[in-house]
Amino acid sequence: MSIQEVSEELVEDFELFEDWSDKYEYIISLGKDLRSMNVSEKTEDNIVKGCQSQVWLTARNEDGIVFYEADSDAIITKGIIALLVKVFNGQSAKDILNNDLTFIDQIGLKEHLSPNRSNGLVAMVQQMKTYALAFSK
Amino acid sequence: MLATKNILDTRKDFPTLKRLINGKPLVYFDNGATAQKPQLVIDRINDYYQNENSNIHRGVHTLSQDATSAYEEARRKIQVLINAPLEEEVIFTKGTTDGINLIANGFSRGFLNSGDEVVISEMEHHSNIVPWQIACEYTGATLKIAPMNDEGELIFEAFEALLSAKTKLVAITHVSNTLGTINPAKDIVRVAHDKGIPVLFDGAQSVQHMAVDVQDLDCEFYVFGGHKMFGPTGIGVLYGKKEWLDKLPPYQGGGDMIKTVSFEKTIYNDLPHKFEAGTPNIAGGIGLGAAVDYLNTIDWNEVYAHEQGLLKYATEQILQIEGIKIIGTAKNKAGVLSFVHDKAHHYDIGTLLDQLGIAIRTGHHCTEPLMHRCKITGTARASFAFYNTKEEIDVFIAALKRALKMLL
Repeated sequence: MSIQEVSEELVEDFELFEDWSDKYEYIISLGKDLRSMNVSEKTEDNIVKGCQSQVWLTARNEDGIVFYEADSDAIITKGIIALLVKVFNGQSAKDILNNDLTFIDQIGLKEHLSPNRSNGLVAMVQQMKTYALAFSK
Repeated sequence: MLATKNILDTRKDFPTLKRLINGKPLVYFDNGATAQKPQLVIDRINDYYQNENSNIHRGVHTLSQDATSAYEEARRKIQVLINAPLEEEVIFTKGTTDGINLIANGFSRGFLNSGDEVVISEMEHHSNIVPWQIACEYTGATLKIAPMNDEGELIFEAFEALLSAKTKLVAITHVSNTLGTINPAKDIVRVAHDKGIPVLFDGAQSVQHMAVDVQDLDCEFYVFGGHKMFGPTGIGVLYGKKEWLDKLPPYQGGGDMIKTVSFEKTIYNDLPHKFEAGTPNIAGGIGLGAAVDYLNTIDWNEVYAHEQGLLKYATEQILQIEGIKIIGTAKNKAGVLSFVHDKAHHYDIGTLLDQLGIAIRTGHHCTEPLMHRCKITGTARASFAFYNTKEEIDVFIAALKRALKMLL
């Protein structure tokens, strides 16, 4: 599936939630289900620091197809990471660079990707794109 | 002065408190970050822009004279509020941070030298750490850190032991923003003065909770911001003893801070203008004056008793929740409740409480060294003002239990 298709599927999933608590319970469960990174990978090099929560990110390139692994100490942040990883993993570096993640806005989680939150997610998205840029060269 | 208000009647004066957040009545427990503004302050700022807007201090026309009078009247109101001996000892700044930077900058130009020391404490906000690091880096002086105990109280003997002939200034917070600890200000001044050392207090977190009397404290400098004491943002106050303000060099150069200017020699203006270069935050100053008018209608003893009641009740309630630990358990505490949970992250707690209409602050609260000392990355912090109620604490506790149930 393309980034667009995965995004649309997620937007449809979120439309089923009737109130905020269903939505957040789902994000929390995504966070809990996302594999935690090994302690050995949670290095200073891989950290994306936020004032509120911390994020760790690694990426690998397999013939122009990108795979990310990420983690956070806060479970809601980790749940949103799970969404981002779901959308971007297995996609081409070029497609990742061209996507502006409007689906986050559509599912009502825009505030989590605002610099004001300082939860590490804005910097993480930038870092994901930086990796994609490096892999596309 | 207006008649004293019943503390429980104050809520209705603050329009923001009437808002619904995510469909629920706002519970505003982020007063440590900024306090809400009473209608009186909002109206005064509006009135200034509608009817008096003009530049101050240099105008011969009526508008300018009106604005100047209102701005200078605000200075006198602050002078009375903090019991400063002289009007010119009240300097308007951008806020607490600006006030500390002004003093740190002044000290680094002639009052700090290689081998000298500045003493701060382990519980300082970054704004009372970084300006001194910059001053020390520039002058070759050393920053000394007075430790605190596990309860979050200054270890007084250790603090006193740091003071020596090398100490040129003690700069310490009056009330800790993260822990709520009220430091023993008068004792700090007493032991510092015994050794001839001047004292600066960071009053950012005190002026909204208590009456501050700078003559009673006898400190050389006291800095605070307007927005945490129910006034506008972008305006603050530096109180300084005249003898010190006279000898410190100006912070910034520009209009208003000069008497005469020539390319050969510029003569600086008298206090307070010497430290107020450029067009100031006129609306902010006048708005802050209105905030003082508002504070003059409440009884500080009643504020203290009410906030202590809220703190005690909230502390008792929150400790009944499994896994909660309070960070900052000093005997003498202002209305600040910082806590962590052994399994839930403060960011997650804050995010879910927001969904339930409750505003708290999460993170390191600009006190990273304090976080390292406590071996945590951050806390969730509820901070109270006089307009908060016991019922709001009930809503907060119920919401916290619900959030934890979702997270665990």
